[in-house]
Amino acid sequence: MSRAALLVLADGRFPAGGHAHSGGAEAAVRAGRITGAASLEEFCRGRLHTAGLVSASLAAAAALGADPAALDTAADARTPSPALRVAARRLGRQLMRAARATWPSGELDALAGEFPKGAHQPVVLGLAARAAGLGADDAAHCVAYESVSGPATATVRLLSLDPFDATAVLARLAPELDRVADQAVLAARRTLDDGVDALPAASAPLLEISAEAHAAWAVRLFAS
Amino acid sequence: MTTGVRATARIVARDDGRGGTSLPVLAGEGPLALRRTRGSGDEARVMIVGAMSGPLGGDHFTVQAEVAKGALLHVGSAAATIALPGQAKGEARYDVRLHVAAGGELRWLPEQLISAQGSELYVSSRIDLAHGARLIHREEQVLGRAGEQPGRLTSRLTVRVGERPLLDQELACGPGAPGGWDGPAVLAGHRAMGQLVVVRPEFERDPVQPQQMGEYAALTPLAGPAVLVTALAPDALQLRRVLDQALQALT
Repeated sequence: MSRAALLVLADGRFPAGGHAHSGGAEAAVRAGRITGAASLEEFCRGRLHTAGLVSASLAAAAALGADPAALDTAADARTPSPALRVAARRLGRQLMRAARATWPSGELDALAGEFPKGAHQPVVLGLAARAAGLGADDAAHCVAYESVSGPATATVRLLSLDPFDATAVLARLAPELDRVADQAVLAARRTLDDGVDALPAASAPLLEISAEAHAAWAVRLFAS
Repeated sequence: MTTGVRATARIVARDDGRGGTSLPVLAGEGPLALRRTRGSGDEARVMIVGAMSGPLGGDHFTVQAEVAKGALLHVGSAAATIALPGQAKGEARYDVRLHVAAGGELRWLPEQLISAQGSELYVSSRIDLAHGARLIHREEQVLGRAGEQPGRLTSRLTVRVGERPLLDQELACGPGAPGGWDGPAVLAGHRAMGQLVVVRPEFERDPVQPQQMGEYAALTPLAGPAVLVTALAPDALQLRRVLDQALQALT
């Protein structure tokens, strides 16, 4: 495995469109649920242990070679909000374009052919990690980190939060992030024997509910 | 060491051939008593009557229901279920296993599950539907009795149509749950949460549009012939009001 490849994949400047999404932070800021660094941290912690864990498990399972179509169906079942399913597929399609150009692979080509409108982003990321010679642990870390770095970066723009404070939030979450990535890899390994039901299904009701309202806003800074 | 109570209740509903539904199996056990009550129209209605308190720590309850082709089963409960701490060590488990055949319909509308302080409960509901089966499934959780801190509650709801997962959601809350459960991404201080799943073959042709129901509830079409209503509320009464309203809008 190449540590540098992991940095390329995890880099916020990797051209996969993630910067256009706030991970629910825009809706939470508008509702007054994120007002500063402390509430941002609680938001990120909640997202990490729910959507973050599920996404990291999907990515780890894809990186281990589980059937991507079955993982995509499992992702749908874990995403009741149609607005979030659309966002995940859009992000998946963008990541697919970047990944195929960066790490050409037959498996990525096959998934792109099967899902012309995009597969769920974490599934694509897992396959991209595989194509880059990275492991399940790398894929899980990458996705778990994205699940909190997205809202943190967005909140800097939405609230004019001090970027140092936002980065400190991410640093404080680091030990929990490592644990979530470990949990994700364990679940992904079980998936190879027991099928996708072994994937975590941790859910965050407010993320799902507010994503629907957010998608209907006439003017918004972020796509989700 | 004390061990908890193990109990299984089983219901089988069949088309009685005269336009109604018969219950060839209606078998309660211990704390899970089953009573057939008067249903409306051609449905068979069953009430789950808690004959003992609990589930308590270490208990393991299972309820199984099977609805055959052409049968219409309505299951309710006589009162809310209260998870309580027990003498036995460890968490309690409550498993619900539901099967509905093509052309069968299950209306699963029990009262709330209340997580009392100090309790530890894992609820797992697995619903297997054949293509062409119909379902109304309501699940409500209340964190703590009035003015009380909640226990630890984890609840997983899995619905499949054919072999395909349609919905898989787990919510963990209370002391010891993964961090952030009461924070701005998950519950934000709400003490009652509910999910209503409605599966109907006709949604395949005629999908329902997503609908916001106030700030804390949404009706969302799933990736299949189904909708889910997710709602949060300050208490059980207000939660029920939202879910009832959603159910009415769908019928």
